[in-house]
Amino acid sequence: MHIFANPARFLKLARPLTLWLGVGGAVLIALGLGSGLFLSPEDYLQGESVRILYVHVPAAWLAMGGWTGIALASLSQLVWKHPLAGVAGRAIALPGAIFTALCLITGSLWGRPTWGTYWEWDGRMTSMLILLFLYVGYIALAEADRERGGEGRVTAIFGLLGAINIPIIRYSVEWWNSLHQGQSISFSGGGSSIDTSMLWPLLASALGFSLLFGAIVLMRMRAILALQKVEARMRRLAA
Amino acid sequence: MNPWPFIIGAYAVTILGVVGLSLWSWITMRRAEADAENLRR
Repeated sequence: MHIFANPARFLKLARPLTLWLGVGGAVLIALGLGSGLFLSPEDYLQGESVRILYVHVPAAWLAMGGWTGIALASLSQLVWKHPLAGVAGRAIALPGAIFTALCLITGSLWGRPTWGTYWEWDGRMTSMLILLFLYVGYIALAEADRERGGEGRVTAIFGLLGAINIPIIRYSVEWWNSLHQGQSISFSGGGSSIDTSMLWPLLASALGFSLLFGAIVLMRMRAILALQKVEARMRRLAA
Repeated sequence: MNPWPFIIGAYAVTILGVVGLSLWSWITMRRAEADAENLRR
């Protein structure tokens, strides 16, 4: 990762990558959501409501993936002092928070026709709500640190400690009684209980949203680096 | 219960959220890079 420690080298790669990730993501999202809405069959138990899962599940994966990215960036910042790690953490936080909010909203909209309620204080939903609060806390802490001109160490420690919520979200359906179903998709040989006609639109949608998430993070990293450059020059001019 | 208003609502909020976030990130990036470029000249 230290190959990209030089911002100029990073920007050289990030500029074309932003476009390719954005366009690839948009195409896959259109394919996944179009198939999810119009081609895939309804579920024998959930009926038509299953179509909401083509947006809800990718949002949930990216909400958790986003914080995993923040934790890795925080580790890289604290241990290896990677110069772009703090920038990456700050860039991930807002899209991560928005995908967490989307996960909660679409989950509520799925819950009403399926379970008969918008909200239930079960382990999975409560831990996802805590994740949203963690994102908001991280954003506030990072912004306060930036205004103070700090190195972002406290923000990085918060990012690392907040990662404890990720396994709690993941295993909440096994540890506590929950309305949520257990795992339906497995990549580790256990086999997936979801039918192929529903699996491929879900995977296309998840991959598409992931690529777009990557493009958004790169755009935000480029904006933060440009802003840092402007601030540094203004300081030099003022001195 | 008719699920379609919930399905349309979920897709609409997701698409609006993601498109809004993408556009905002794009505009912020372009503006910041233009400011940095102008200051260099």
